Amino acid sequence: MKVIVCVKQVPDTKGGVKFNADGTLDRAAMLAIMNPDDKAGLEAALRLKDQYGAEVTVLTMGLPKAADVLKEAIAMGADKGILVTDRVLGGADTWATSTTIAGAIRNLEYDLIITGRQAIDGDTAQVGPQIAEHLGIPVISYAQDIKIDGDKVIVQRQYDDRYHMLEAKMPCLITALSELNEPRYMTPGGIFDACAAEITTWGRADLKDVDDSNLGLKGSPTKIAKASDKVRKGAGEKVVPESPEDAVSFIADKLAEKHII
Amino acid sequence: MNLEEYKGVYVFAQQVDNQLSSISFELLGKAKELAADLKEQVTAVLIGYKVKDLADQLAEYGADKVIVVDDPELETYRTEPYAHALASVINQYKPDIMLVGATAIGRDLGPTVSARVATGLTADCTKLDIGDFPLVAIPGKEAEQKHNQLLMTRPAFGGNTIATIACPDNRPQMATVRPGVMQKIEPIKGAKAVVEEYNPGFTPNNKYVTIKEVVKAVSDVADIMDAKILVSGGRGVGSPENFKLLEDLAEALGGQVSCSRAVVDSGWKPKDLQVGQTGKTVRPQLYFAIGISGAIQHVAGMEESDLIIAINKDEDAPIFDVADYGIVGDLNKIVPQLTEKIKAMKAAK
Repeated sequence: MKVIVCVKQVPDTKGGVKFNADGTLDRAAMLAIMNPDDKAGLEAALRLKDQYGAEVTVLTMGLPKAADVLKEAIAMGADKGILVTDRVLGGADTWATSTTIAGAIRNLEYDLIITGRQAIDGDTAQVGPQIAEHLGIPVISYAQDIKIDGDKVIVQRQYDDRYHMLEAKMPCLITALSELNEPRYMTPGGIFDACAAEITTWGRADLKDVDDSNLGLKGSPTKIAKASDKVRKGAGEKVVPESPEDAVSFIADKLAEKHII
Repeated sequence: MNLEEYKGVYVFAQQVDNQLSSISFELLGKAKELAADLKEQVTAVLIGYKVKDLADQLAEYGADKVIVVDDPELETYRTEPYAHALASVINQYKPDIMLVGATAIGRDLGPTVSARVATGLTADCTKLDIGDFPLVAIPGKEAEQKHNQLLMTRPAFGGNTIATIACPDNRPQMATVRPGVMQKIEPIKGAKAVVEEYNPGFTPNNKYVTIKEVVKAVSDVADIMDAKILVSGGRGVGSPENFKLLEDLAEALGGQVSCSRAVVDSGWKPKDLQVGQTGKTVRPQLYFAIGISGAIQHVAGMEESDLIIAINKDEDAPIFDVADYGIVGDLNKIVPQLTEKIKAMKAAK
């Protein structure tokens, strides 16, 4: 069984968001990490490796330094890493990104493709389903549990107020929720393997059956008209009451003032 | 692609168990405004099995026309037959704008359909306008500026930045829209829409998955997105048992309890009570943030509330940056007394 896991290197927005003096996001000061949903997808693939001896290939698209997340994945137990990087692929929206990744995957054999549901930088949740569409395979999004049954995959698919147990014939693409599992840590042996591992690097020329007009910034149907830092409404009144009683009267007064009570 | 052929503002009318989802009405409310700007019509695309009866409700909330795709294959949501239905409608009717809710269904259907009809899709929009692209014409290239474009605004980087996106060269202009953000119109009783049935034919292929089981969460709690008053707790509440303090306060106020992601991750409260980027967007009249530090992802889901009151023992908690009133203090002491005070005030009335 062959599993491809698509991962993305993202700035860590959780807890450690840093700003420049002018109020813009200081990306250089933020750690670059493996996207959390993708990491859960990787863990799911590694469990399939533990259980069924699946071969796990991790694939990412990004700048050359994105190779770091592939090394991390290998240190966790993945078998090989493929980095898709090329200047002409830069500035891609989800359409151009999914076209690129599908073009890379067409070179590979696979039974299952796992992506994270969404990345914490763009939060779109679009690339996974779009890769499946380009490849002509079924997609199951928002997976909370993945099981294999012969040539089929059985997935618990989350919705707002329910879940569906779905069965699909492989090959199939699944998007993973970070709730799926608790990803394992890198092992010392794995880190040793990762250091020795050679990352395969592919460029534009290695993409199969894709048209230049669908790649990079030029091939992106969506265009950014404006981007700015979010203007927050700003802090109101902050008090440090001397006693709980003072705090209670303060709140009660405000609620009465606003006609809530 | 001849862009001129594409006309009208279309919304995907999401239904689950043959009940229209609230997002469908929210999308219609926004679509009506956009259509007025463009002098075009609002069309709802209703997909399901035995759903035709829902068309009148869509008319009452602003649809001029309803396209019904009705087929037994569409009884329960699955990506493929629904994507085939919506993509076929797009190819047949050529909408200028196609709006889909950013729900667990729409965020699966939207990307699949956009890839199939080869157009752009902007995710989780919180604002939609009609305007020019580029926003300001490039000097000397005034003729290249496009008018009457859909400008789609959305947060990114966990709510730290905000981007406005256009789709100038492809049609339809597609967006998924975050639930709870757009306003429904006051329903027009007795309004009727032109109803048209369309069935592109459904032949199961490798992309049709099988539904083995549907498990509905047992929940007697009303949706926090509809609440007027929310008493929301974070990790600072300390334990699942301690949420009793918040429940009592919510009851005294006639509100409901919600929570932050940390609380859901700790297993103290179910996911459907979670406010924030990966939870729900709420805009109640009153939002109590109790023991919530105020991570940007949480704030993204509640900052539009009319009045925000925060109680936190950490003076530097970022929640105080968005709160109208911030109280530095011990929630364990303040909240029970506040509950009693509110009960007394209500009794005195």
